[in-house]
Amino acid sequence: MKIEPIAPPDTVDLALRLRRHVVRMCSRGGSSHVGSCLSMADIIAVLYGDTLRVDPTDSSWAGRDRFILSKGHAGACVYAALAERGFFPLADLDHHYANGSNLSGHVSHKGVAGVELSTGSLGHGLGIGAGMAFQLRRMGGDQRVYVVLSDGECDEGSNWEAILFAAHHRLGNLCAVVDYNKLQSIAPVAETIALEPFADKWRAFGWAVERIDGHDHQALKVALARSGQADRPTCIIADTIKGRGVSFMENQVLWHYRSPQGEEFAAAMRELGVEARDA
Amino acid sequence: MRDAFVRALTELAGEDPRVLLVNGDLGFGVLTDFIERFPGNYVNAGVAEQNMTAIACGAALTGARSYTYSIGNFPTLRCLEQLRNDVCYHHADVTVVAVGGGFSYGQLGMSHFATEDLAILRALPDMTVVAPSDPWQAYALARQLHARGGPAYLRIDKSRAGLPEGHVILGEARQVRDGDDAVIFATGGILGEAVAAADTLAAEGAAVRVIDVHTIKPLDAAAICDAARICGHVVTLEEHNIVGGLGAAVAEACLDGGVALRSFQRLGLADCFPDIVGDQAWLRARYGMDRAAVLAALRAVL
Repeated sequence: MKIEPIAPPDTVDLALRLRRHVVRMCSRGGSSHVGSCLSMADIIAVLYGDTLRVDPTDSSWAGRDRFILSKGHAGACVYAALAERGFFPLADLDHHYANGSNLSGHVSHKGVAGVELSTGSLGHGLGIGAGMAFQLRRMGGDQRVYVVLSDGECDEGSNWEAILFAAHHRLGNLCAVVDYNKLQSIAPVAETIALEPFADKWRAFGWAVERIDGHDHQALKVALARSGQADRPTCIIADTIKGRGVSFMENQVLWHYRSPQGEEFAAAMRELGVEARDA
Repeated sequence: MRDAFVRALTELAGEDPRVLLVNGDLGFGVLTDFIERFPGNYVNAGVAEQNMTAIACGAALTGARSYTYSIGNFPTLRCLEQLRNDVCYHHADVTVVAVGGGFSYGQLGMSHFATEDLAILRALPDMTVVAPSDPWQAYALARQLHARGGPAYLRIDKSRAGLPEGHVILGEARQVRDGDDAVIFATGGILGEAVAAADTLAAEGAAVRVIDVHTIKPLDAAAICDAARICGHVVTLEEHNIVGGLGAAVAEACLDGGVALRSFQRLGLADCFPDIVGDQAWLRARYGMDRAAVLAALRAVL
């Protein structure tokens, strides 16, 4: 058993709760992308548990930091984080994927407090984040913008337009986090459209780059904090494991699509410390 | 029309510090005054229309009143999904400005013919679609669009109808010639061809009504149905594909409104890509949307 890196218990505990929520949501809803959610659960837990200045009682507070999930297919994890932070009741998570629900498979802002941007088509979030960062700086604000992308999403050319723009304008208030789990839609990234040397690409485009273990909360906190001091945009390349936290989902493309049901659901929840009858 | 829009936007930037012009690396000489006077309200996104739209949208969601600016299909079709998912779904205050509507850049070839934009932009929920017919109207409608807020699309073409300055209200079709024998609905500078045809027929004793549909969406369906009902014979004229544009919008309005027409003719590009070039007037004539084409259409039914 891998020993968790040293980190304050709050975000580690939050990450565990997010993992339980997303497995439950994907099971109940019969929905896909559980692997993508588990992959970034630590990133989201550190952002929502530590980094982001947000007010759950006033989701449109002008002084808030902006968070965009550009890999919108992992929306369940963000919904869970928002509910855990008190933006809306945890019980609402039960409606994910249900008929008539606002909690769509791809993250949506409509009727969901705390979501800044609806996404789902890849390659949209970083440009919008750059626009937000540009406008925040125009207004003299100290708010920051964080955008989480997937690795496969970096195939989209629109990202590279935004990467050029953000570097040219030295948007130090913009931080991209790439959930680099090395598996995209149907095959490994390296066998699809290779991104390596990935860090060098961002660096060559003029970004500050941190490459860290995306499941190491302390490393995430340090990198995210350091991004706030940069005079240019920061990219945190977070090495992650798709499906992290449920052994049989880890590094399996299958779990980009499969919904955990029956014994698979029970086994997944057991690994996350919950007996199925309590799940 | 382009200069009139830029004059309106320059005034608006002086009045409203939230204005942000996100340029798609075009407008040499045209935007110079704006850039010099309002450098803080301007950014050039480079040759990257998806990102131009994203920057404008992200800024709008953070308090800016954004404008994107480019030519032809670049600020619309090239970044259509950014308009759909980001601008329209988020009701972001972004006004898309395209200069070079229709055959404005007639010698530059097919890439620069904006002849499906009205149909495609009209299909986006929450999008306002406006095509002024004269510079004074481009100025007035730009100001009214700003008062209303985006999402909006302002289509500017190089021609002008040449009508005297008058009263124009966003969303209200404007009658420019009276008559009950037939009605021509037109949008954009090509309205001038409709007026010329109506004036020719007036000299021959036929009274043809001409209506300027500067706002394609929201469509002034009531005014369109009233005119169609009174006149019976309908001709639509647009520098655009006849699929999905003004003609289609008028047909929808008439059918929805239960208006029984005596005849209905859509003049415009007959669902094709021109593979030859020419100036705007020449291409209008070649593709059957000039005054002669309007006259022929009306004489066939009157």
